[in-house]
Amino acid sequence: MISAPDVVAFTKEEEYEEEPYNEPALPEEYSVPLFPFASQGANPWSKLSGAKFSRDFILISEFSEQVGPQPLLTIPNDTKVFGTFDLNYFSLRIMSVDYQASFVGHPPGSAYPKLNFVEDSKVVLGDSKEGAFAYVHHLTLYDLEARGFVRPFCMAYISADQHKIMQQFQELSAEFSRASECLKTGNRKAFAGELEKKLKDLDYTRTVLHTETEIQKKANDKGFYSSQAIEKANELASVEKSIIEHQDLLKQIRSYPHRKLKGHDLCPGEMEHIQDQASQASTTSNPDESADTDLYTCRPAYTPKLIKAKSTKCFDKKLKTLEELCDTEYFTQTLAQLSHIEHMFRGDLCYLLTSQIDRALLKQQHITNFLFEDFVEVDDRMVEKQESIPSKPSQDRPPSSSLEECPIPKVLISVGSYKSSVESVLIKMEQELEDEEYKEVEVTELSSFDPQENLDYLDMDMKGSISSGESIEVLGTEKSTSVLSKSDSQASLTVPLSPQVVRSKAVSHRTISEDSIEVLSTCPSEALIPDDFKASYPSAINEEESYPDGNEGAIHFQASISPPELGETEEGSIENTPSQIDSSCCIGKESDGQLVLPSTPAHTHSDEDGVVSSPPQRHRQKDQGFRVDFSVENANPSSRDNSCEGFPTYELDPSHLLASRDISKTSLDNYSDTTSYVSSVASTSSDRIPSAYPAGLSSDRHKKRAGQNALKFIRQYPFAHPAIYSLLSGRTLVVLGEDEAIVRKLVTALAIFVPSYGCYAKPVKHWASSPLHIMDFQKWKLIGLQRVASPAGAGTLHALSRYSRYTSILDLDNKTLRCPLYRGTLVPRLADHRTQIKRGSTYYLHVQSMLTQLCSKAFLYTFCHHLHLPTHDKETEELVASRQMSFLKLTLGLVNEDVRVVQYLAELLKLHYMQESPGTSHPMLRFDYVPSFLYKI
Amino acid sequence: GGREPQGLAEKSPLQTIGEEQTQNPYTELLVLKAHHDIVRFLVQLDDYRFASAGDDGIVVVWNAQTGEKLLELNGHTQKITAIITFPSLESCEEKNQLILTASADRTVIVWDGDTTRQVQRISCFQSTVKCLTVLQRLDVWLSGGNDLCVWNRKLDLLCKTSHLSDTDLSFVTGSHIGELIIWDALDWTMQAYERNFWDPSPQLDTQQEIKLCQKSNDISIHHFTCDEENVFAAVGRGLYVYSLQMKRVIACQKTAHDSNVLHIARLPNRQLISCSEDGSVRIWELREKQQLAAEPVPTGFFNMWGFGRVNKQASQPVKKQQENATSCSLELIGDLIGHSSSVEMFLYFEDHGLVTCSADHLIILWKNGERESGLRSLRLFQKLEENGDLYLAV
Repeated sequence: MISAPDVVAFTKEEEYEEEPYNEPALPEEYSVPLFPFASQGANPWSKLSGAKFSRDFILISEFSEQVGPQPLLTIPNDTKVFGTFDLNYFSLRIMSVDYQASFVGHPPGSAYPKLNFVEDSKVVLGDSKEGAFAYVHHLTLYDLEARGFVRPFCMAYISADQHKIMQQFQELSAEFSRASECLKTGNRKAFAGELEKKLKDLDYTRTVLHTETEIQKKANDKGFYSSQAIEKANELASVEKSIIEHQDLLKQIRSYPHRKLKGHDLCPGEMEHIQDQASQASTTSNPDESADTDLYTCRPAYTPKLIKAKSTKCFDKKLKTLEELCDTEYFTQTLAQLSHIEHMFRGDLCYLLTSQIDRALLKQQHITNFLFEDFVEVDDRMVEKQESIPSKPSQDRPPSSSLEECPIPKVLISVGSYKSSVESVLIKMEQELEDEEYKEVEVTELSSFDPQENLDYLDMDMKGSISSGESIEVLGTEKSTSVLSKSDSQASLTVPLSPQVVRSKAVSHRTISEDSIEVLSTCPSEALIPDDFKASYPSAINEEESYPDGNEGAIHFQASISPPELGETEEGSIENTPSQIDSSCCIGKESDGQLVLPSTPAHTHSDEDGVVSSPPQRHRQKDQGFRVDFSVENANPSSRDNSCEGFPTYELDPSHLLASRDISKTSLDNYSDTTSYVSSVASTSSDRIPSAYPAGLSSDRHKKRAGQNALKFIRQYPFAHPAIYSLLSGRTLVVLGEDEAIVRKLVTALAIFVPSYGCYAKPVKHWASSPLHIMDFQKWKLIGLQRVASPAGAGTLHALSRYSRYTSILDLDNKTLRCPLYRGTLVPRLADHRTQIKRGSTYYLHVQSMLTQLCSKAFLYTFCHHLHLPTHDKETEELVASRQMSFLKLTLGLVNEDVRVVQYLAELLKLHYMQESPGTSHPMLRFDYVPSFLYKI
Repeated sequence: GGREPQGLAEKSPLQTIGEEQTQNPYTELLVLKAHHDIVRFLVQLDDYRFASAGDDGIVVVWNAQTGEKLLELNGHTQKITAIITFPSLESCEEKNQLILTASADRTVIVWDGDTTRQVQRISCFQSTVKCLTVLQRLDVWLSGGNDLCVWNRKLDLLCKTSHLSDTDLSFVTGSHIGELIIWDALDWTMQAYERNFWDPSPQLDTQQEIKLCQKSNDISIHHFTCDEENVFAAVGRGLYVYSLQMKRVIACQKTAHDSNVLHIARLPNRQLISCSEDGSVRIWELREKQQLAAEPVPTGFFNMWGFGRVNKQASQPVKKQQENATSCSLELIGDLIGHSSSVEMFLYFEDHGLVTCSADHLIILWKNGERESGLRSLRLFQKLEENGDLYLAV
């Protein structure tokens, strides 16, 4: 949390002046408690002062059947990150929260072992003693040699900031679900491969045994069987049985409902293909024969071998590693996803929230955001989801935590969230303890089927009594609880603007959050809790009661038994419980601010509120100011910056769409990177994420670099203004120069001023060496052009002079600019050469905010009905034109050539709005017959 | 085509206009690309459609408003030498407009203008058909190559001339009064002259026989057009305006372009547009000005035409005209630069601007930016209304 509440408070008031601020005035606002770790010399930006690790990381642990809970790997895999933090201890903690939900083995009434497709469970817990809070995602993988064929694992996102975990729960859950799904898919694949091998082995063994038996029969003509023969026969029978069992298992794993997993659909062909690899990767099933198989590993086809029908004992063998359990390809993909998660959530919560708000607001600006924003949507799929959700009553959705149902990161800004002072938040585990007994039985019967089916069933079953299995329950906002409908809780999880989070500290007096470890949410599969585990629940609750003063370090399970309909009354009761108030102090001390999740009465309503109450432009401005204050000089720009110039240009190539999308995510990572490193002497070599997201990273630096170079350009060239005006008004700027690197650098920098045509990349051509053509001017708005001294270059220059009316020409070698006159006031503000801004990223944001402002003007101009259509039949075109002009000049306050900029943007908006399929064609080339001037330094 | 006009080349340097062209309405352009070779012909189909044809043998039908490619007509194996539309008659039951194309593959294809269907293909020609003319009043069309054929709508051959000469035909002109004049490109003599296809119209007052000077070998008319008052001719690099009333050249630009002028057209607002091999299109305005007696009378190609004075020598300057005669001047008001090669032809749409085609394989749609902006706004609000997003403040 940024500890600059005064700044925050002011911005906030500014923004919502239409909503009178009802809080007591200044003293209340300024009553910010001192930063608890200030005495230790800790930087207030560092959330990590209490923790033993330097920053957030991901831990993968296993509950090994041999050695118990053990940490397997961390992401980033760097000991500096987790420092002295006791991974073993924490693994024990996080694994102990889980309970093996799956029931595998011989269920009563079934002849064969059944596999259980278990849903993951998601839990948030904290350990205040360690200063660690974690989002824990439990999952089970299949292993033929493991007890019950399952191995319990968990992935935990560990952070020192509790609020980060809580507020990002849905995002974390979605991302981890994706990783888990990937891992499990790979595991199923490997498991199936293993089963097939085992079957081949068994088949071979059977054949051998059969032959032996036959031989013995022949040899033995005495009419009775020797004990040896009987033993063989028994062995054969057990092999037969084993074959049937394994075939059944294989059928089960194959029949795993192929839900549409994004990106990793299991098609049979692929399966066959990868199987061979899997067979090589995984060690053989029989340790006795391992030497033999080593000889065969190089061969693609699996050679069956003789095995013993009896399985080896549990402790005799070495268990497979996580990597061996999973198909290699999927394993690397999972690791990539995990590092992506680590990057995504890296840094301060403030940043995460701001960026989410930013994205959410950008989505609302869908008419104008294509112009200057270099990413469109975080994910189209997600957007679709989001759009589809409000129309659907949330009861219809199963409260599932599966990948399809993963909660969408959602940022809703509602007036309500500002007005209501959010006091207490109860995060409870949804458990209907009374009902659990019979549900349990039902569920286990169902459990071998499609999990989705299960969920539906559960949903049906629990309807009316439980809202959602994995809910972060939001209770007790003073003003909105009365209308809070429980079933909406999942959908209406709103994340407030960060200022609110900070401020809420000052006003919150009540909380029911207990100390230390809280189990904050779970997934529906908890209904599958076995009895022995279930027993721990009451005790957990008892535990809470028995340590009302907040025994630090103790693990508290907090489960609400009360029916959710009691929203308000419950809150009342909470309010009156002294012990809970007391206990709240513990948390208050060590972490500033309570988790604030203002609930919104109805989902659609709040959405609307968000639109109305938050003028996008203002948010961006605030955003801007926020970051300017916040930005800290990056101690180590390091070598990575060098790469950005050479970074391939994305020239209207749809394949770069992804890259530009990633910018948004990773940019935030990068900024936060710098901030979270401020206090800690962290390693300069931040871990390299795997090749999955290189584009995004470079793009981010590229952005920063672009800002830096643009700043340099503005300072260096006195004629920067007319050049930028050219770009903004859609007149192609040709940057002419001999040195490709210099030209590219400047083109990259200036590209931030170029409005896009549509959803694809900017109309910028970084480097051209052939003579320009009329098509180029229609297509590109910024061109880097090679100056060649040879006669061939004469053609280039000739073409340039021929088409001079369509272009402005910036000659880098002679330091001249030929372009129309500019006398407006907009560009000087945008590109002030005396600006105090020093950092590239800051300047980039400054430009973005200015341009957003400009966009809103263009929007107003475009969509004002009366400006463009005659008010009555007899009105002449001249009258309409003069009305437009007076609007531009008087209402929008545009001066001289600024009018042209807005007019150009308006044309782009019109085209974009009317385009049936965006991105199919280039817009027309618009130009003016205006004289150009030659500027020199 | 013809040779460079030598006699006129040396004087009066090319008039230029700067970047500031306040009267030039074309502030928006759209490049259309579909052809793979020189685009030579443009023909208007209706208010919003036009067809383009060229050396690649394909005919493309475009929407002049949006620049959208509507149809592509494939059929010719060699370059297209002539294209014309055959508008449907009101009386005719067949509503579809026909497009006739002639090609170097010695065929003429009749297309249905609304589909890509070939109505008929005629391939009985001995030589390439170089020109096509429709005489709408008679509902017949003519094809000219080495032979001249007359066809009716049903594509029956009505009559056929004997072999004309070895020279190629350049123009076939149907005049107002029922004359058919076939111009030869090389020596500017009338090769054939037929009258009275039908009863001549009563008014024959102004019409004189047009005969050509024999000595004009060094110059060629590339194109000419006329309206009620004037005849506009593109001769070499120059432009000439001949007044039918005054029977003399009233305005000329001897070097209107850097290179030969290929096409000219008169716009309703006393404007003249010319395009040239130099790749530019120029917009001229015919301005009346008081002719001072001292001012030298423009000399030019029309001097060599004897309208009723047959044997006048070409080189001899025309006599000073009557005093106080109003003369005009062609003022350059704008130029359109876009093509990188010779602009072969253009087409003017009242509502949609100008279409130019060029040897650089491109077609450019030139539009009035302000007007287009207004139209886009109109469509925007229409769409908003359709979507129900339009709220009008009271």
